[in-house]
Amino acid sequence: MHEFRVQVGPAGFRIGSLWEGPIRTLEELYRDYPTPTITDYSVRLEAVSFLRRFIRPSVAINGDYMLPDAAPLPLAHALLAAEMAMNVQMALGWRRHLLLHASAVEKDGKALIMTGESGSGKSTLSAMLGHMGWRFMGDEFVLLDLVTGEAMPFPRPISLKNDAIAAMQAQVAADRFGPRMRGTPKGDIRHLVPPYKAVQSMGVPARPALLLFPSFGFDAAVRPVAPSEVFARLTQASTNYVALGEAGFHALTGLVKDVPARAIDYRNGDEALALVNQLWDALA
Amino acid sequence: MNVDGMILAGALRRPETTAAYDADAWNALVSIARAEQLLGTVARRLSGIAVPPEIAGILNEARIKAEYQRRAALWEADCARRALANIKGKVVLLKGTAYAAAGLKASEGRHIGDLDIMVARDALPAAEKALVAAGWEWVKPDPYDDAYYRDHMHELPPLIHKDRDRMIDVHHNILPLTAKPKPDAAFMMMQAVPLANGLSIFARVDMVIHSAAHLFADGELDGGLRNLWDIHCLLDEFADDDFWSELHARAVHHGLWVAAHRAARLAHRVYGTEIPSGWRRQHWQDGHYIKRFTARDAWGRGTRPFLRLLFYVRAHWLRMPPLMLARHLWIKWRR
Repeated sequence: MHEFRVQVGPAGFRIGSLWEGPIRTLEELYRDYPTPTITDYSVRLEAVSFLRRFIRPSVAINGDYMLPDAAPLPLAHALLAAEMAMNVQMALGWRRHLLLHASAVEKDGKALIMTGESGSGKSTLSAMLGHMGWRFMGDEFVLLDLVTGEAMPFPRPISLKNDAIAAMQAQVAADRFGPRMRGTPKGDIRHLVPPYKAVQSMGVPARPALLLFPSFGFDAAVRPVAPSEVFARLTQASTNYVALGEAGFHALTGLVKDVPARAIDYRNGDEALALVNQLWDALA
Repeated sequence: MNVDGMILAGALRRPETTAAYDADAWNALVSIARAEQLLGTVARRLSGIAVPPEIAGILNEARIKAEYQRRAALWEADCARRALANIKGKVVLLKGTAYAAAGLKASEGRHIGDLDIMVARDALPAAEKALVAAGWEWVKPDPYDDAYYRDHMHELPPLIHKDRDRMIDVHHNILPLTAKPKPDAAFMMMQAVPLANGLSIFARVDMVIHSAAHLFADGELDGGLRNLWDIHCLLDEFADDDFWSELHARAVHHGLWVAAHRAARLAHRVYGTEIPSGWRRQHWQDGHYIKRFTARDAWGRGTRPFLRLLFYVRAHWLRMPPLMLARHLWIKWRR
């Protein structure tokens, strides 16, 4: 097994691969990140069968925690397999924070949290904001401290999909991007390494100040969301809410009580950014 | 690094030896313990022992998980208790849930998955009806599998609760009806000890015998280190002047002395369990069992495929007579 270790926020990963190629790609993509010695989770990129190691190589997504029905990916998408496997470790393993499937950015010590279905644009919005004066905290998971309620960054490389790739390529230097993976189950995917300062300050938490539920593809609008609905939607967005029991309940109700929430609709990035800035400025 | 499951056995047996671990050893221990579902147990054993800060975080997480599983398991047992309140005879909790309900050492940090219970065989139809009425549903609607369970197995086909998504296995014996040993299930039920909440647990010797039967006379030895740790804890907690002769007599009565003796012997070898000196003489197969139990590499992956295959074949051989096995494998293979 070829091996690569990386620290992302509070979690350390050990990634083993039967092939050397994916390890080289990961080393390049995570070049700004620290290397831990003891890791929290192990991930394994392995051949589906002995033949599939050599002929039309196919990557099985394995690790300390595994989904029973995870479909294998072609070797060309091994980077995606590694990212998915790391997500699985967090989703099924992490119990040290309340885990929300959400993106987040920070300004003045305060966090803007965005959550929604795949395709809502939360990842792209966090990438855009993270390159225009905000600190990027993560596009996949937000970790809420069970005692203080603060959001801990988990700033993995941003997984850009389809049209979002060109939009970010127009703004960011080419050497910050990973390889373009074509024809994945979610279309084309290309990873963007977060700005250096986002990685450097990945141990610095921020207090949640605004919660947004973005929806892409509708006329620009802002709607209030009732606390009961916020609560219900966040229980859906959390992978460990149930397993954390009372501590999870307190962290989540604390967030719902303390932080204003809005649903926003938008048709393009500029509209979304205008709405975000307008709502953020209204907080002060 | 040349590591196998012995690193996990060593950490459980003598937690203080982890002081000599480097990062590779810790990473191997964590991955192997997760694969064997023993990290919660490791966390309990290492309580109060100085570990690197990264490991303290990992072990604390494992404690949170084990506590959640304990709570969920006891709640699930209570749901079953309410559903089965009107069944004639005892409802006996088995394995992890029983250890947790009885507050036994074997439950400390233990992973608990499905709920396993046992009722008298003639109470089975009523129990099934009551559970279905309370929201449990069949997992395997396949007619062959269903008939197979009902005709030859020691349990009903597994049921899952439609709201809570938790599985229950309802046993009426501790081994498949097709296996060679014929445990005296009625006697086990009679000897079972009622808890304050109305559910029961096996008498202490039957608890050990069930665990040993489950490990050696039935399964493919997956999770062997975990089952053997249960046995270690049970023997350690129950041992007194009368216990060993009682265990011997009862195991002979159930036709399970070979399994019970092997369990005690291997627990002694792997975890250092105190057992009577006359029980310690080794059997030539013991080493193979230990090799099978510890067949993991530093990434937690299963190793020793040939040995695994041998024990897989053995498990099926023990479960049913040859002609029946052939027919069963033929039907399964055609799917």
